[in-house]
Amino acid sequence: MAITNYKSSISDFMATQTATFPVSASSAGVLLPAFTLWWREVVRFYRQRARVVGVILSPLLFWVVIGSGFGTSFRSGQSAGQQHYLDYFYPGTLVMIILFTAIFTMMSVIEDRNEGFLLSVLVAPVPRSAIVLGKVLGGTTLAALQGLIFLIFAPFVGVHMTLTSFGLIVLTVFLVSFSLTALGFAIAWPMDSTQAFHAIINLFLIPLWLLSGALFPLSGASGWIRAVMYANPLTYGVEALRTLMYPEAPSSFSLAASILTLVLFALFMFGLAFVLANRRTTKPAA
Amino acid sequence: MVTVNSGTIEVAPAASPAVAAKSSVIAVRGIVHRYQERTALNGVSFDVRPAELFGLLGPNGSGKTTLFRILSTLMVPTAGTATIVGIDAVREPGALRRHIGVVFQAQSVDPKLTAYENLWHQGHLYGLRGSELKKRIQEILTRVGLLDRAKDRVETFSGGMQRRIELAKGLLHHPEVLLLDEPTTGLDPGARRDLWQYLQILRDEEQVSVIVTTHLMEEAERCDRLAILSEGNLVALGTPEELTREIGGDVILFEARDPKSLAERIRAKYHVNASVIDAHVRLEIEGGHRFVPDVVEAFPGEIQSLSVSKPTLEDVFIHRTGHRFWNEEGQAAEETKKGKKH
Repeated sequence: MAITNYKSSISDFMATQTATFPVSASSAGVLLPAFTLWWREVVRFYRQRARVVGVILSPLLFWVVIGSGFGTSFRSGQSAGQQHYLDYFYPGTLVMIILFTAIFTMMSVIEDRNEGFLLSVLVAPVPRSAIVLGKVLGGTTLAALQGLIFLIFAPFVGVHMTLTSFGLIVLTVFLVSFSLTALGFAIAWPMDSTQAFHAIINLFLIPLWLLSGALFPLSGASGWIRAVMYANPLTYGVEALRTLMYPEAPSSFSLAASILTLVLFALFMFGLAFVLANRRTTKPAA
Repeated sequence: MVTVNSGTIEVAPAASPAVAAKSSVIAVRGIVHRYQERTALNGVSFDVRPAELFGLLGPNGSGKTTLFRILSTLMVPTAGTATIVGIDAVREPGALRRHIGVVFQAQSVDPKLTAYENLWHQGHLYGLRGSELKKRIQEILTRVGLLDRAKDRVETFSGGMQRRIELAKGLLHHPEVLLLDEPTTGLDPGARRDLWQYLQILRDEEQVSVIVTTHLMEEAERCDRLAILSEGNLVALGTPEELTREIGGDVILFEARDPKSLAERIRAKYHVNASVIDAHVRLEIEGGHRFVPDVVEAFPGEIQSLSVSKPTLEDVFIHRTGHRFWNEEGQAAEETKKGKKH
């Protein structure tokens, strides 16, 4: 009981300051709570067998469908020297896997809110940044993991990675996973139903992916589509991965520009998630 | 509405001197909260003393959950202040959080984690770690009688055991104040009794001040002191004994075909305060047993049934608000009144 009378006699000025800048002395810091939230996210994942199976099998299934469907129909129309469509599509598939895993892991934010778990975290002396960081890194870990599993198929589409390019691919996968998980967090945070969450995904995220250069190249697009593609942060993720996997293929941006854009995107999304999570409510928070 | 001061003598608690110097651990002053047009809390003030088991009693919609959320730093009130262990819950939520333990009505334990893991996770949120945390988890699991189940996933636990883990989560960091929102929801009578016994032990042995919201009279009667809320107003404050004693004498209910006219005639004949509650005429009177035969004689054939009872907390509620705590359908009195307006 260290807090006694003197606390209540703190001047209004001091009190206001404390409210505006949450003091670290009264919190458990950022890293320990963030770590424990991350840990929970990962443990919950591997204890739900169905999800683990999904992570391993869905990229494989996707690959088989693409391989036997798209692959054969496009193969015959290809002239020598040009990039095979299946090869072209590979980075886009990777980004799509990350997109879905990242966004869907953040559905747990809505579940946590409905179950009461989130409330118990919100009343703990934990800065909101730690909550955002822990949850987002948890989702990032799972999304990046699934993306990296998909890299097993890389040799089949003629991707030969050096240690450097592999490292940069992992970095890109991480950045894309992180930004998209943060985006998922920002979407999920104000919501109380998973149905609404699905609606948003269909409305925004699928178009986001379609216009990322995953299906058709930037150079082939025209007019406003091209403008939208340039404005779409996912485009830079797809571009970076494509440049790293197929260095000879034509690219619209330099690798550095793409990665820089991804870093900015990641920071922006994390900032947005943080701002949303930091609002105190006067509404009946469930 | 009246803000009632119970007027009891404050006993210096056996807690640390710092707290003994202050007579209240929680000071709620003029809390107002509005959701758009609806006023959930309309200027509520009270104090909670050290090592006290304090109840917030009210039907659904009375504002007790809103008050709970304000005290637990989750919501900012429209006006007023709430101070817990000298820290302003509105201005310094971050500083306050480590001093309070909160147990929500909804389940906050993760069923996919073991009991131990849930507490390990909770400890980290409060900055506990390593061997210190390990020791504390052992201690608290022993406290709630679940040490032998430490390594089992919470999803395999019974409702009562899950509640005990919730309680262990709330107590892990040695809070000075424990806030519980309807903690016995969904528990069978045995588990309910255990939980209340445990809250009393906590108050006595660990000197924790406990605030419990409830809509159950029999739970409210177990509290040291009570605040009764109705439609956002504090309608009564005091020990259960004080509150029921103030009614004086007995409570008589006459079930009648025409309660309105019966009430009028009883008022005229005996000069007592007879009110109509649903199909009943209700009286609070000394020596009810002598009064009843007289009334039955005076209005033959009009009274279908009657009861004479010692006042309960429900009578306190009716006495202060003029309506029942629950109506027939088991809904909050407030909702009924609103429904009638439409």
